[in-house]
Amino acid sequence: MRVWGWVHRHRIEALCLLGAVAYLAIFIVLPYANVVVFSFWEKELYSIQPAFSLDNFARALGNDLYLSVILNSLQVAAAVTLASSLLGYLLAYYLAVHAHHWRNLLFFLLIVPLWTSFLLRAYIWKIILGRNGILNSLLMEAGLLDQPASFLLYNKFSIALALTYIFLPFVALPVYAALEKIPQRYLEASADLGAPAFATFRHVVFPLTLPGLIAGATVVFCLAFGDFITPALLGGSGDIMIANVIISQFGAAYDWPFGSALALLVVAIVLAIVGLSTRLAKLDGGRA
Amino acid sequence: MTGRQPTGGRVFAGLAAAIFLFLYLPLAVLFAFSFQESRVLSWPIEDWSLRWYALLLEDSELQGALLNSAIVASVCVVGTTLLGVPLALVLRRLGGRLGALLERTFLLPLIIPQLITGLALLLVLNRSGIGLSLGTVILGQTIVWTPIVMTQVYARLQRVDANLEQASMDLGANRLQTFFLITLPNIRTAVVGSALLVFTLSFDELPVTFFLTGAQNTLPMHIWSMLRIGITPEINAIASLTVGVSIVLILIGLRLLARNRET
Repeated sequence: MRVWGWVHRHRIEALCLLGAVAYLAIFIVLPYANVVVFSFWEKELYSIQPAFSLDNFARALGNDLYLSVILNSLQVAAAVTLASSLLGYLLAYYLAVHAHHWRNLLFFLLIVPLWTSFLLRAYIWKIILGRNGILNSLLMEAGLLDQPASFLLYNKFSIALALTYIFLPFVALPVYAALEKIPQRYLEASADLGAPAFATFRHVVFPLTLPGLIAGATVVFCLAFGDFITPALLGGSGDIMIANVIISQFGAAYDWPFGSALALLVVAIVLAIVGLSTRLAKLDGGRA
Repeated sequence: MTGRQPTGGRVFAGLAAAIFLFLYLPLAVLFAFSFQESRVLSWPIEDWSLRWYALLLEDSELQGALLNSAIVASVCVVGTTLLGVPLALVLRRLGGRLGALLERTFLLPLIIPQLITGLALLLVLNRSGIGLSLGTVILGQTIVWTPIVMTQVYARLQRVDANLEQASMDLGANRLQTFFLITLPNIRTAVVGSALLVFTLSFDELPVTFFLTGAQNTLPMHIWSMLRIGITPEINAIASLTVGVSIVLILIGLRLLARNRET
């Protein structure tokens, strides 16, 4: 009866809570649970049969083709995460430590790309790296190439380059926020104790920015891993990523159960990465 | 951390300049090509013209898509605010293990790749026999962006002094009065900020829309279908315009935020 007493005393809260749980159940839990259910079903010739089988998972994990696509996606996502972490960190460090009176302008320049279309920022690289692209024109004019190179576009490199270009600010912003919060006296104390600049960076500055870096890197990894737009625009036929395969299962192949199983694999990988990075950030928080 | 550290300043300035070039040179290229007369891209640009911008003015399909995107983004802003703010309030009230569990579940659409949220909703809609339309696009995007409003507002709420609300109620205000007179003014910037964010994100959204759109295209879907057919310089003009508009919008947003801080 304690519950009813609480509900009576807190009618508005109870109503909000009820609404929240209903919303959660209908619009979040139900759709995702449905994917789980579908992944056990089977596609017959032209229909989808409610049954229980692990065939879809066996097919996804037992086939070199799908495994290599997943591996390919992981590689691209890892490369993008590494590159955007490095460049993003450098940029944030410059802004926070060295930029001085240029800081506001440069900060503005850092967030502008975030507010412009993802799709168009991927597309830009098509006109830069393509056979008739600007890079080829410049290289030929400079006499470095006799004929346009076709190896610049439609490969893993062009996908990773575009994704790094798009996601770099996602790392720079949280790192910049972390750098800004470091009190000046920490650096002075480190210097007073005789630490050279790099030692101060390694033992004071870097550990304090690590949670921001991990957060940014995790977002970048998950977004890059689940992207289908960039590989569709800039990848060759051999560079499709797992998201493209999932889409083809829901489109042309019309194998929704198998597509659902692949989708679940992606979710499992993403959740594992998020869990791992949360743990890493926490471990570090305990130390710092 | 704003101290002057002379060591390596030039090296960092050089590196930062190179990274900014990497971020902006492509945008400059796009902008330049949008004024090229020829259909085939070639550098250096020989004839300049506004013909691709003129083409945009005649493209009724594109204008329809733009209108659809504006509708979707506007309704999404209203929907995510009406859902996200109460959710944040509920979360603050709950706390503890139940609160943490609910929060994590609410955040799922932000963590799970959008395309999977899109196809999950497609499966449900398909089974319940609801046809795809602009309405289903709005539904999907509202689900995806609500966690953003929720987390922004929740973070701000944690900095609101609970004593203020307590005092308001001790003085005889009811819960709704307290919310509108005390809580809301304190979280206003978070609400406005996340609304702006949702609007721009929605305008650009593709993965969820991809699965849930019916006969009517949004702007990204329209551009996507144009890109699949092949490159036309018209896309460069669209892109340059969108970049220009977003720069203006950020400038306005930053100006508003700065004014907010002063008062």
